[in-house]
Amino acid sequence: MNRITKFVVINIIRNRIVLIYTILLALLSWSVFSLEDNSSKGMLTLLNVILLNVPLVSIMFSTIYIYNSSEFIELLLSQPIQRWRIWLSLFSGLAISLTIAFLVGAGIPILVYSPDKLGFMMVSVGILVSVVFVAISMFASILTRDKAKGIGISIMTWLFFALLFDGIILFLMFQFSDYPIEKLMVGVTAFNPIDLSRILILLHLDVSAMMGYTGAIFKDFFGTDLGLILTFLLLILWIAIPFWISLIKFNRKDL
Amino acid sequence: MRLISIFFLSLAFPLLLISRTISVGESKLFSKLQLAFDAANDGDSIIVFGGFYVEGNLILKKSVHLIGKNLPVVDGQKKYEILSVKANHVIIEGFRFQNSGFSSMTDPGAIKVYNSKFVTVRNNVLDDNFFGVYLQYCKNCVIENNTIKAYGIEEQQIGNGIHCWKSDSLYISGNTISGHRDGIYFEFVTNSLIEKNNSDSNIRYGLHFMFSNNDDYIENTFRNNGAGVAVMFTKHVKMINNIFEENWGDAAYGLLLKDISDSFITGNSFNNNTSGIYMEGVNRAIVENNSFASNGWGMKIQANCMDNTITSNNFINNTFDISTNGTLVLNTFSGNYWDKYEGYDLNRDNIGDVPYHPLSIFSVIVENNPPAMLLFRSFMVTLLDRSEKMIPSITPDNFVDNSPLMHSLSL
Repeated sequence: MNRITKFVVINIIRNRIVLIYTILLALLSWSVFSLEDNSSKGMLTLLNVILLNVPLVSIMFSTIYIYNSSEFIELLLSQPIQRWRIWLSLFSGLAISLTIAFLVGAGIPILVYSPDKLGFMMVSVGILVSVVFVAISMFASILTRDKAKGIGISIMTWLFFALLFDGIILFLMFQFSDYPIEKLMVGVTAFNPIDLSRILILLHLDVSAMMGYTGAIFKDFFGTDLGLILTFLLLILWIAIPFWISLIKFNRKDL
Repeated sequence: MRLISIFFLSLAFPLLLISRTISVGESKLFSKLQLAFDAANDGDSIIVFGGFYVEGNLILKKSVHLIGKNLPVVDGQKKYEILSVKANHVIIEGFRFQNSGFSSMTDPGAIKVYNSKFVTVRNNVLDDNFFGVYLQYCKNCVIENNTIKAYGIEEQQIGNGIHCWKSDSLYISGNTISGHRDGIYFEFVTNSLIEKNNSDSNIRYGLHFMFSNNDDYIENTFRNNGAGVAVMFTKHVKMINNIFEENWGDAAYGLLLKDISDSFITGNSFNNNTSGIYMEGVNRAIVENNSFASNGWGMKIQANCMDNTITSNNFINNTFDISTNGTLVLNTFSGNYWDKYEGYDLNRDNIGDVPYHPLSIFSVIVENNPPAMLLFRSFMVTLLDRSEKMIPSITPDNFVDNSPLMHSLSL
């Protein structure tokens, strides 16, 4: 592992917030599974956690961490290290620590109680969502120097993807309900990483309902191997593009 | 008195004596089935020994007991109806009928019974026929323990496994039917019992019921049929202890009920169907002690259903328990177990103290706007559902179970 990455990871672990996040996830997951009589109901609760809390924690923690380590970044910049290497190390440090937190906190109970396709899907989606929101936070925090503004952008981004986006889609669906918009809807979901993750899991969780008419259209796309690979690729694009843009900005930024 | 009965018995005795046993087979008296049929008298037994019989369309006009030994094969060469029965009191058992002809005009079947009474078809194997067993204008017939298999691909290209038309008092039991258009087809059939059959992987319906009153079907299994089971335009049907499973597709239902009245649906289990029960124009049905598990929709009750009682059922792990297409509610829900119920039970009588509204707002939204399914389980939708549960605005507030159970029933 890169030395800067290692330093970031150790620093985050010392910070204890991620540790608390791990413990909270673990408490929640274990209790959810042991309280519900069938594991699929527990999975439902955890799905909400993955789609709501994991992105929130990832984006908030990362944004604040980046702002707080601005002096550390400046110090590193005075060293003979390439700029992209510093930014990438910061990103991978954050991504690694949050992924480990998710794996230990929620991944283990999920795989213990549901060691099937659904469980693996859930864990991989959780990891991807964590990393996507780290990437988005890198983008948000490079946009402005003002810490309050940066955190504001992060919160708004999270709110948009978690709540507003679906509201807008629902509104549009009603406005255009006379038109054949099913296929368009599949395309629109690509613009929201949370929706992409949700649908991936939905196809496993509500397989019977998804065999209905419109469900079948979605299943024809997301349920096939090609669709699955495509969805994962889209999620990876959601990591690559925000990070790449932030990297360009970081390279040119006058700190 | 005794003398008189002895007198009558002695009159009957010669009849018993004349009844013969005719053997058909290689190096037997007859080598052709049709010759044996023509030579037989009413009351004879015809024993057919294993072999391969290709004789076009066989016509049986005598009341005989037809016994196949070592599963003789009767082949229709894909051209002929194999066996036409035109006599009462016929028993057919132990044969393998295969490759009947195909025609939409004459509907050839492997065994077709015309206008007869007391015909029994049992323990036969029917393979790759257009229709399997076809009864028309029959009474008191028995079809049991047959294995009926076809390899249909398109609805128009294949007939039904067991097809009954304008008949009465039939007993259909223990058959295994697959690959036909409809597994069992009833039209204008009354006072009949269908039990312990296994109908799976048929192209259209596992069981198709039209204009057939006063029939019961009990302990059958219907699995993975194109569109599940359909019961239409019928009254006084009892559906008891059947299993409806894995009927997947937009127009596929575990059980489709259309214009049914006074029916009794009890002890059935509906698992992994897109829709467990779909009800349209159903009146006075009693739905009780059924289990709905892991379906997309547990029950779809259209607003034109009236006076139905849905009581003591388990709704477990369905995506939607109930959906409807209107605001009119003329049905009664009581004492069901809903796994989505979140109320409490202070007096510990196993009945929840808060009424349960089984209709979620999102099921109404999806009913009106199917693509909205894409948003299911998103935070937005969960919020909508929650607020609707608190203060029903779009969903009818009389769509309610006032005595929801706290624990599932053991069914």
